[in-house]
Amino acid sequence: MSIGVKVLDRPIEEVSYVRATLKGMALTFKHLVDPHKVTVQYPDEKWDLSPRWRGTHRMLKTEDGKSKCVACGLCPTVCPANCIKLVPGEDENGNRYPLLFEIDEFRCIFCGYCQEVCPEEAIHLGRHYENAEYSRDKFVYDLERLSSQTHPVCEMWDPADPKGE
Amino acid sequence: MTMLPLSLHPFLQAGNPQLPPTEGIFLVATVVKMLIVFTVYMVGVAMLTLAERKISAWIQDRHGPNRVGYGWLQPAADGVKNIMKEETYPGAANLPLFILAPAISFIPAMITWAVIPFASPLPTPWGRIDMVVADLPVGFLFCLAISSLGVYGIVLAGWSSNNKYALLGGLRSSAQMISYEIAMGMSTVCVLLLSGNVSLNAIVQQQATTGWNALLLSIAFFIFLVAAFAETNRLPFDMPEAESELIAGYHTEYSAMKFSLFFIAEYANMVTASALISTLFFGGWDIPFTQWDNLPPFTVLKTVLTLGAFVTKVLFFLFFFMWIRWTLPRFRYDQLMSLGWKLMLPLALGYITIVAALILALDRAGIARGPAYGAIMFGVNVVLVAALFIFLDRGRIVSPAYSRLDREEVARLRAIAARNSNLAEKKA
Repeated sequence: MSIGVKVLDRPIEEVSYVRATLKGMALTFKHLVDPHKVTVQYPDEKWDLSPRWRGTHRMLKTEDGKSKCVACGLCPTVCPANCIKLVPGEDENGNRYPLLFEIDEFRCIFCGYCQEVCPEEAIHLGRHYENAEYSRDKFVYDLERLSSQTHPVCEMWDPADPKGE
Repeated sequence: MTMLPLSLHPFLQAGNPQLPPTEGIFLVATVVKMLIVFTVYMVGVAMLTLAERKISAWIQDRHGPNRVGYGWLQPAADGVKNIMKEETYPGAANLPLFILAPAISFIPAMITWAVIPFASPLPTPWGRIDMVVADLPVGFLFCLAISSLGVYGIVLAGWSSNNKYALLGGLRSSAQMISYEIAMGMSTVCVLLLSGNVSLNAIVQQQATTGWNALLLSIAFFIFLVAAFAETNRLPFDMPEAESELIAGYHTEYSAMKFSLFFIAEYANMVTASALISTLFFGGWDIPFTQWDNLPPFTVLKTVLTLGAFVTKVLFFLFFFMWIRWTLPRFRYDQLMSLGWKLMLPLALGYITIVAALILALDRAGIARGPAYGAIMFGVNVVLVAALFIFLDRGRIVSPAYSRLDREEVARLRAIAARNSNLAEKKA
């Protein structure tokens, strides 16, 4: 079996390496003197995130400072990555609240189902990406951590307004 | 009266500012020049690493280093980092050679600079000081001899690392540098024919009278330029490194400051090559369109201005090296070899013949070396360059794909391809 060799038809009579080089140099020089640069100077200037950006979670609070979560158990049920740990509790008035609410951000796939399914609009994904930590266990966010986050939250995709207008 | 073993007498003697100094002053002046030139050279090389990163960034629409002292201290930061880093030695390496190789590649790059004249002579109260570290009468031959030594560092680095990528890089570099050295040497024969002298100062003076060699010997300049890229292992001829094929080529196994030395050697080679191009083909420290800077009496002002002219030329060629690097893709190895042997060498040989015949004819015609001589040479060169790059060069001569363009071979390959597709159709 011989190998099929592909031979390109070059316009041999018209091409010239030296001419092409000069053309290339003109192009690179144009970019060299072009003041427009595409780099974002990260710590100084930051990228504008899309309103639908899905980053690390945030738990919203009611006016009296308690978390909005009623420990209904929908988010751990719907979570495809199984990253939400919820232990429900009940106070003397019969109101349910989360005794334990943890999200393992390493397991999370940021699908946003928890936000979509939440009847109280308590758990949200955040428009946020600066998540660096010094140890792995810091990535398991507990209720206190989730409630103390202040970054803006994700606006989920709205079927009535698919383009976000 | 007792005699001192080394008489202080010559040091104290005042001399004529327009005449060469006595031996004692010469010695002192040479040491001072060595220190100054070496310092400026090393700082310049360090700044070149920054310049390369900045220029590459701008060409790619980026900003480049701008954090450490607004970017200006980046070379210092790199140096500190490289000195502090751990040096690793491959277990199976040949350690003495492994340690020696960076120095061997670094030192020749620097030595060459010693013979390059960088300004017109400086008059001092003790005599006229030549603005060159060592004004060798065979300066140009010295350059050629020393620039060939650089390959040893690279080959030894590649071999002693005991790593197949490094070895391949070293082998490639030796083949490449030897091939292009021939073309380079041949192209400079034209310069020697025209100047009739191998002293670099004499070559500069010759260009001051007849015009720059880049105009009089354009094709030799072209060959020298291409060969200089190959000699310095810069893109498009950076076969020895070729990171997409050989990781980092000959310095794959090097770390910390030893790696940095190879890096510095590359830039030192670039500076030397730029200075050689400027000296041999762009008049060295000569200021164009004037004669007053070349003739005695020499003054401090002339020295400063000619130094400025020389530095400008060298900086332009350094920029040119970087500009080309970020414009052209790498040649394939066989393309490189065929360009060197099948094009550059015959072209250089043919050009020597033409230039020698032309010089003989002009001398027989009794035309003195001067503007008229230069004008005739320039006219002939315009015709030759037009012939080479417009009529002859249609993808056939100067082309990285040159080796592929054997018509019969292409026809044979086409026939095989056609037969295969026929077979495939029949089977289907």
